[in-house]
Amino acid sequence: MSSRDAVLNRIRAALAADTAPPPPIPRDYIRVGDNPPGSPPVLELMVDRLIDYKAVVREVTPDQLADAIDDALTGSRSVVIAQDLDPDLAAAAARSNRTVTIDGNPAVLTPAELDSIDAVITTAKVGIALSGTITLDGGPGQGRRAITLVPDFHLIVLHADQIVQTVPEAIARLDPLRPLTMIAGPSATSDIELERVEGVHGPRTLYVLIVG
Amino acid sequence: MSTFLGIPRKHAAQEESPLRGTLPFPKAARKELANGQLRRNLAHATSVIRTKRAQVVDEMPDWEALRDAGAATKTQVMSNLPALLEQFEANVIARGGVVHWATDAQEANRIVTDLVRAQGVDEVIKVKSMATQEIGLNEYLEDNGIAAVETDLAELIVQLGHDKPSHILVPAIHRNRTEVRDIFLAEMADAPADLTDEPRRLAMAAREHLRRKFLRSKVAISGTNFGIAETGTIGVVESEGNGRMCVTLPDTLITVMGIEKILPTFTDLEVFLQLLPRSSTGERMNPYTSLWTGVTPGDGPQNFHLILLDNGRTNALADQVGRAALHCIRCSACLNVCPVYERTGGHAYGSVYPGPIGAVLTPQLTGMHGHGDVNSTLPYASSLCGACYDVCPVKIPIPDLLVELRGRAVDADRGRTIPGGWDAAMKAASWIMSNPTRFAAVEKGLAAGRLVAGKDQKIKHLPFPGSAWTHSKDMPAPPKQTFRQWWKQTHPDTDQPGGPA
Ligand code: SF4
Repeated sequence: MSSRDAVLNRIRAALAADTAPPPPIPRDYIRVGDNPPGSPPVLELMVDRLIDYKAVVREVTPDQLADAIDDALTGSRSVVIAQDLDPDLAAAAARSNRTVTIDGNPAVLTPAELDSIDAVITTAKVGIALSGTITLDGGPGQGRRAITLVPDFHLIVLHADQIVQTVPEAIARLDPLRPLTMIAGPSATSDIELERVEGVHGPRTLYVLIVG
Repeated sequence: MSTFLGIPRKHAAQEESPLRGTLPFPKAARKELANGQLRRNLAHATSVIRTKRAQVVDEMPDWEALRDAGAATKTQVMSNLPALLEQFEANVIARGGVVHWATDAQEANRIVTDLVRAQGVDEVIKVKSMATQEIGLNEYLEDNGIAAVETDLAELIVQLGHDKPSHILVPAIHRNRTEVRDIFLAEMADAPADLTDEPRRLAMAAREHLRRKFLRSKVAISGTNFGIAETGTIGVVESEGNGRMCVTLPDTLITVMGIEKILPTFTDLEVFLQLLPRSSTGERMNPYTSLWTGVTPGDGPQNFHLILLDNGRTNALADQVGRAALHCIRCSACLNVCPVYERTGGHAYGSVYPGPIGAVLTPQLTGMHGHGDVNSTLPYASSLCGACYDVCPVKIPIPDLLVELRGRAVDADRGRTIPGGWDAAMKAASWIMSNPTRFAAVEKGLAAGRLVAGKDQKIKHLPFPGSAWTHSKDMPAPPKQTFRQWWKQTHPDTDQPGGPA
């Protein structure tokens, strides 16, 4: 017998005595927040949570965005972007003589090549105010997972209407078949005497521009 | 319990495993209790996590509703496991993954080793995983000439220190900063010579040490937090980014998943992604969560192997206690609130699963074989105070399960020719407690116990059958008044505690 059949048979035998169906799952937890996506209370909560997680956050108008990108990238000499990043964002990243490398055009970058680049700028799919979380799904402007992982500085441009209040609202907006990365602040460890150290293996700085 | 004079029986299932200790809990605990450094580190760490957890849980108005949903989901999963696993398997395959099944540790280890060999490498990177610890994968790979590098900072500290993890979530919780520096200087070839014991410097040394490995590794091994049947999606929840490195950069990813980690639908994540981080690290959300489904062309590993692991889980499933224990999402909240864990630390439990849930899960996964078996001592490693149940995000009634297991340990001893003192004591207690009049009569007599107690108000030696109790612990002298007596006196209008006020 294959191990597959062996395990499944054992499970069936283990459950054989069960006759009553299990009770239904109560879903009376909060699924939709009191405030609509992008509303002032939601944005306020998001900013508060992100700061609490040691991310850098700035709220900007569409007019201020390009300057804010250039400003955020002050310490970076080189930036990697996905092929389909909005040309306006790419142009802003290229200001101040920064080198902009496009992943996949002409070639996909190796991990070692990514390691030599200072920063990455991407868009995102959805933000969750209640938990201060931003989710990437590889959609337009976001690129492969590796480009947001290896460079030391991650700049995310998030639109106000992409920010929802609750976790269930965010899950409902996600496509499970895409590779998903949920980010809450820069990477961190608390493994040595529970003292939190920001920035271990991922980007050591998470910089969020909320456009509204 | 350790006084039984019979010959300890050795069972086939008692062979060495990372899931079972070699010493009975009271013996192992006594050794750990002598370690003052360990107790200080643990007291500090558990109290910090407890406070953080309480804060972030308190800010959730729907926390109890989330727990109810989590508990009910797990109940459904268990009763529907064959169909969910088959659905999950089909979806992983449909998305380009390869699925293997392993009945036990040996089989899982062999599958992983063959897969690594097929890639022609002798070093792999690993993200922290309870399942791979449970099967002793690192040791098995090492015996087969493959180095498995732990990339979680705490696991790295444990690995470099030739040590064992002592906590599910923070495995090096028993080490302080100076010990960590000394381990790094002694064991990490590229550690800076002027390394101080500042946590930030230590973390950065680990970053440097591991980065080269991340960038060049061809094969990574991970565990899972969730597997979604409906879609074939797998989730790994972490903090440091080492998990993202492992599940994203190498060409080949091998994931070992216990069969109980299934969730039916993608929507269920809305419950568990709220319950887990708050219960575990006391954060609203952990820094990184990675979710992937099979293989995504052009992004991430292009070879994905999933190993579905039984290793005692089907035994546990067949039993009411075991089935409840399989609901565990390994958040470690129960460890951090447990007064017994806080004082003895994780090593005393002898299993990769320590603390309250370990005391239930370990005997369920590897069996409880009567008196000679160290597992029979684990259900006693609890004060039954109930704190573990209160914090458990999926409402596992750990104290009830421990009481049930204690009863079974006693029953297992019934076959012996000489009745054990414990057995007699328990029988007497149940005879008394099952009848309110008898119980009240004994309560009145309890004050006499104060006379037996020494100056420190502890009864150290009771006559048989009470000796079975006092052999392993001092018994506090009974208070001047019982709770019921106090209640009567202070609440003259009510019959009993819990009655209308
Ligand atoms: S038993 Fe509950 S509290 Fe303990 S680790 Fe498991 S899920 Fe967490």
